[in-house]
Formats: sequence, C-alpha cells, structure tokens
Amino acid sequence: MSNNCPIRFIAPVGSVGGGINAAALDEALAQPTDFIACDAGTTDAGPFSLGMGIPAFPREAVKRDLSLMLRAGRKANIPVIVGSAGTAGGDVHVDSVLEIVREIVAEHKLKLRTAVIYAEQDKAYLKRLLHQNRILPLDPALPISNSIIDGSSRIVGMMGVEPLQQAIGDGADFVLAGRCSDSALFAAIPVMRGFPPGLAWHAGKVSECGTLVCETLGKGVISTTVSCEQIAIRPYGNGLRCTPQSVAAHGLYENADPFLHRECSGTLDLRNATFEAVDDVTVRIRGTEFFSEPAYTVKLEGAELAGYQSIIVGGIRDPYVIRQLDSWLASVRNYIDDVVSRVLDDKADKNSYNLVFHTYGINAVMGKLEPEVKNLPHEVGIVLEATAPTQDMAHKLAELSRQPLLHYPIKEWAGSITAFACLHNPAVIDRGPVYRFNLNHVALPSTPLEMFRIHFEDLDGSTQS
Amino acid sequence: MKLADIAALIRSKNAGPFTLTFDIMFADQASYDRVKNSGALTQASFAKLYGYPEDKVRFFQCDNALALKFSIPRPLTQGAPGDGDMHGGQQFVPLMNVEIR
Repeated sequence: MSNNCPIRFIAPVGSVGGGINAAALDEALAQPTDFIACDAGTTDAGPFSLGMGIPAFPREAVKRDLSLMLRAGRKANIPVIVGSAGTAGGDVHVDSVLEIVREIVAEHKLKLRTAVIYAEQDKAYLKRLLHQNRILPLDPALPISNSIIDGSSRIVGMMGVEPLQQAIGDGADFVLAGRCSDSALFAAIPVMRGFPPGLAWHAGKVSECGTLVCETLGKGVISTTVSCEQIAIRPYGNGLRCTPQSVAAHGLYENADPFLHRECSGTLDLRNATFEAVDDVTVRIRGTEFFSEPAYTVKLEGAELAGYQSIIVGGIRDPYVIRQLDSWLASVRNYIDDVVSRVLDDKADKNSYNLVFHTYGINAVMGKLEPEVKNLPHEVGIVLEATAPTQDMAHKLAELSRQPLLHYPIKEWAGSITAFACLHNPAVIDRGPVYRFNLNHVALPSTPLEMFRIHFEDLDGSTQS
Repeated sequence: MKLADIAALIRSKNAGPFTLTFDIMFADQASYDRVKNSGALTQASFAKLYGYPEDKVRFFQCDNALALKFSIPRPLTQGAPGDGDMHGGQQFVPLMNVEIR
C-alpha cells in the first residue's frame, strides 16, 4: 500500500442541511482533494425521529446541501460519503434521502454510482444475538429482552468504517449510509489506504462537526490532510481559524470522556495527542493512537412508543400558591387522579398514564439537579404534560386537569379561587405520539459487515429529458 | 472571584441520550492553572453542587485544551417524560457561581 502522498478531504458542513458555504467549498476544492464526507444525523434531536421514522431537518435544506456536495464530487471526480441519513439513519430515513438524491441526479443530469447502506436491524436477528449473549449493556445499563426488542419502533446499528470501505472498494461515487459513526465517514478511506488509524480516526473526530472545531463558529468548510506522521486541519471561510486550543477542545464536545473514544473496531486514544499552530488558521496534530479491541462491537439505538401526549400551558402569580407550590400541585394531582378514576373508570388505570407538572421559574429546566429551590419567583410558568396509551385518553386527562388546576383551594383564601392563568382556549394542545430511547447496548456481530446491507444503484440523469 | 468571571466558556450538553457533560474552558494558561490548582472543582464539589452521587461523577483535566470537564449519567434519559432539557444545554449554570480563591 502506498501512502507517500498525504490524503486530503473536505468536511463541507457539520450536518447535511446545516447550510454549506458554497464559495468556501469552491475555494477548498481548488486544491487536490480525495473525498468529501458529511454526517446527516444525530440522536441529539431526540428519540422522535428514530421512533416515528421521519427526519428532523427540512427537506429543502437537505436537498440544497446534498446537491452542492454531489455536484462538487462529480466535478472533481471524487467520492462523496454521507452517513446517518435522515437524522436517525433507519431504512425509511435512508430511502427518504435517496429520493432527494434521485431528484438532484435528474435535475443536474449527473451520473452517480450510488452505494446505499442500510443500518436498520432485523428483530429476529437481534433476538438470536441476545440469546447467544452477543448483546451487551453499556453504562447506564437499561433492561433488554425479546419483548423490548419486539416492542421497539425501530432499532439501528451504528456502522464503522468497514461497510463504507466495501462500498468505496466496489467503485461507489456516492455512499449513502444509514446510522454510522460520524468519525468513520472520514476515517474509512484513509484507513483503507493504510494511513495510521490513530491519525485517520482523529482526523474524522475533529472534522465531523464542520467549523465547530474553529475558534469561533462561522460559515465555512473544513479541509483536513492526513499523512503518515500528522494531521493538518484548517478552515476555509471568512475570518475562521483553527487554533491548537480550539482543535484540542473539540475532543470534549458531546463526549463523556475527552481522551478515549470507542469505535466499532477499537478505541481512539487522544492522551498523547499534541496540537501545534502551523500558521494563523492551520493546526497540526500528532501522536494520536488507536487500539484495536478484542471484540468488534456495533452500538445499537432503539426507540419505543412512550404514549400520546396532551399539554396545557399557563402560569401562577398568587404568592400564597407559589410559596406552597409543591404541596398544592401534589393535592391537585391527587384530585385529578380521583376525577379521572371516577369519570374514565376502568379505561384509566392510574399506572397507565403519566402526569408531569413542569414548573418554569422553580425547577422546570434542571429538575432534580436544581440547587436554587429556596428563592421563590413572583411568577411561575406551568406546563402540564399528560401522557397516555391513546391520544383520546391523553386529551381527556388534560381536559380533566384544567378545573382542578384552576380552582383547587388554599387555606389562605376563604371562598372559591382561580389559581391558574390558562394561556389558550381551548386549553389542551395535542402533541401526538412521543417516543423514548430504549436501548443502550452494543451488539457483537460475527463480521463487521454482517449487520449492514449494501445495495448499488447506477443513477443516471444524463439520459432523462 | 466566580468561575464565570475567569472561564471563557462554561457549557453543558448531552453526550448521547444517557449522559450529560459539562465543559469549563479557559482563554489562557494562567486562568486554566488558577482554577485547576484552586481545588474548587473536584468530583466532590460537583456532587455537592448538584446534589448528585459522587461516585457517578467523572472529572477530567484536559491540559492541551485548557479545559476542565465533568460527565454524569443523565437524571432522566433525553426525551423521557419529565425531561425538561432535551439537549442538556442549560444544566451548567450552578457552576458559574463556584468561588475560586
């Protein structure tokens, strides 16, 4: 394997749909480039995308960025790699992005040998792995069983470099992958070409969020060059710069451990990494290591339906109520439970629904972590959240909660009070289905490719009118 | 002096759906060293500040990034009923008032 020449790639934006700076992309591509890569997903949006099967980003924004990347890739005749398609990277998400790709190919008369890699997991396969003790919990450990697998709306596996390398090796111009490690999108080709895995993976790690690695966030693209000895990373875009501190600090972002990052095939170790300024905007990284792990592990992400939700929004201004808010809300809740069991009787077992009062001004933002609970505000915002097995029941729960919230008495006032300022009429807002993440596990497949399905499609827009 | 007056950035964020992470970043070596050597930020001080079990708190000193970092399991999984901060972005605030001598 020859790697005397360094390899250079472009990270055009932190996430497909984030808004590529087209001028900066052009400027970066004026230098020889080996590939373009970008992720299109995250769990950070919440469990809804995975559970419901719909993307969390507007289609138009995704199409604009994909179009810029695909046209740039064809113009330079280099591969483009996109992973975690459609936010959650399930099959339905990948297919929704593939449909956008077909439109771009037709509109711009592109020829595109496309590899589509599906990452959604077959439940029967996962149950077999579970039976063989080949699904292991991560920390914090969540329960797992056949019924939890069966009850999931959707489960994806987070792929490593190997399926991407297979696709590139088979001649793909464009790889559209389901759920994928962000760093793997950038590490796949450098690792395949024999560059040191520590540098290849670290190059991916520092590049995957686009210009977030810069001193100040701005509109631009990241250019990263990997050789046998070092990584050089720099931005293109007005006023943007990478500094040793900004690049080192990026190792902290959204990671529990700033030094050790687990990937499917091993662990990226930043403990001996050094960061030096090359010029005003470029940083050199050396010394990063990568250790192979004995077991190849694929992280699983699953979501299950938590129920349907309805909410009421309002506020309280009365200081007598605010100073006893906890006990007052507990009494209101008991009263609601009584009303619900009386009115909905056997349809509403107390364990089948969930009422939460978010008390803005007290501890709605921090919950149990809030240390400042002694200082009472003059006004408290309240969101009542009712979650139940059906939308109809969630709606009725919220409706039945309104009167107790309005009128539940306090001893300081004689006579009937109205303690709750409702924001809306009708007061109840139906939120539809809500999901929860239900897996924090890794699977141990027998091969790195076993959990992922690769399909090739030769898309050709040049023959269409 | 308060930590907020010395740090360039104090932030919190999800690190996946099950973990919260807190980054305290500094603009220069002197500020970083001052806070690092003050002993004001430890697993124990964080646990006390947030009312959180100390053995679940992880603490990191990142010399080349001029940054200190805590990570804890999320009290509620991201998006679970009752979770009030989907991205975990507003959990850092109590750190602002930590007194640095």
